[in-house]
Amino acid sequence: MAAAAQEKIFTTKIETEEKIEPKDWMPDAYRKTNLRQISQHAHSEIVGMLPEGNWITRAPSLKRKAILLAKVQDEAGHGLYLYSAAETLGMSRDEMINSLHEGKAKYSSIFNYPTLTWADMGAIGWLVDGAAILNQVMLCRTSYGPYARAMVRICKEESFHQRQGFEILWVLSNGNAEQKAMCQDAINRWWWPSLMMFGPTDSESTNSDQSMKWKIKRKSNDELRQQFVDMCVEQVKVLGMQLPDEKIKWNEKRKHYDFGEIDWNEFWNVVKGNGPCNKERLAARRKAHEEGQWVREAAMAFAAKRNTKKTAA
Amino acid sequence: MKFSIRKFYYGDIPDEKSGGTDYRAKEDAATWPLWEVFIRSKQGLDHKHVGSLHAADAKMAIENARDVYTRRMEGVSIWVVESKYITATNPEEAGELYEPAVDKIYRHPMFYKLPDEVNHM
Ligand SMILES: [Fe+2]
Ligand SMILES: [Fe+2]
Repeated sequence: MAAAAQEKIFTTKIETEEKIEPKDWMPDAYRKTNLRQISQHAHSEIVGMLPEGNWITRAPSLKRKAILLAKVQDEAGHGLYLYSAAETLGMSRDEMINSLHEGKAKYSSIFNYPTLTWADMGAIGWLVDGAAILNQVMLCRTSYGPYARAMVRICKEESFHQRQGFEILWVLSNGNAEQKAMCQDAINRWWWPSLMMFGPTDSESTNSDQSMKWKIKRKSNDELRQQFVDMCVEQVKVLGMQLPDEKIKWNEKRKHYDFGEIDWNEFWNVVKGNGPCNKERLAARRKAHEEGQWVREAAMAFAAKRNTKKTAA
Repeated sequence: MKFSIRKFYYGDIPDEKSGGTDYRAKEDAATWPLWEVFIRSKQGLDHKHVGSLHAADAKMAIENARDVYTRRMEGVSIWVVESKYITATNPEEAGELYEPAVDKIYRHPMFYKLPDEVNHM
């Protein structure tokens, strides 16, 4: 079929909300954009296990330990669903993982911040998973079929993540003075990086946004960020805590909360690799992968041996 | 000067190369093949494709499928098959494959107009 005819079929599918599936014809740029976004999303889930993994052995009770373990295991699962979705676009799992380890592929900057206290487990669940959920709910309707299906699966699991995080903070907020201070401190440190998760502000965009046209995305960064702020301003009241932004104020005209200016220098700095934990995170990933190499190879050798035995028998 | 600012979203992070390193990943001698996973969500229902994963052999594929796809009792039975054994139709063939069915509307019950008394048939 001629390229023009195929492009027309593709465009019609996008317009009529029909999903694009792996074997369908798609423009190269659509494939590349999806591949980049889905693999980055997968990397984010995998690297995202590290800040929380840091607290599994030190969780304050057996119950909290079991919960945190289950949450971190979920994130591993999310990474796997997403890697599988990305593989349908024609890049191998190894290629993706190697480019992460070689610093060529990115993951969400939020995971380059350290987890200093137990309260950080609460703040991450409430704010970081909370911000991720807003994006992921939107992505359940993304135009690439395998990505959308992975997102539906992930969204089903995320709500527990956010709720367990809020519960951690809620318990601390009802504790003694020290616990309350710990709760507020964690909120202070995670608030701004969470806002940055939504990406640069819309006004920074000069090109027309292809991702929106292709319905990979359906909401702008600022739209989602505003939704997040409006939500958190109400939720933080339940904790009796404060968001670290004096400029947060209800705007009657916009019917939204106004909020302060984000420090974009910090954002770009972390993206460029200079955040507090960039090096540590990459080093941990590489170490895990390198130390697992003999296990992966041994498993293959064992499978081959079992196969030859089977055929011989 | 060529200058453009681009917009990025969560899960879509700028390809900022300055963070790159000279670390080179080592290739594995052999990589685990890809498997497709099918799960019966409850007794009486069909197995349904849920996704894929990598595993060295069928036994490991089943174990991994259990961990990845049934952490919340989503299934009572799992099938795995190595992806390379799946033969699939091509979207380009859709016309010749499915077209012949399009004009055979007499295969559908509502093609037949019956008297009201028996129309629930
Ligand atoms: Fe996740
Ligand atoms: Fe999560």
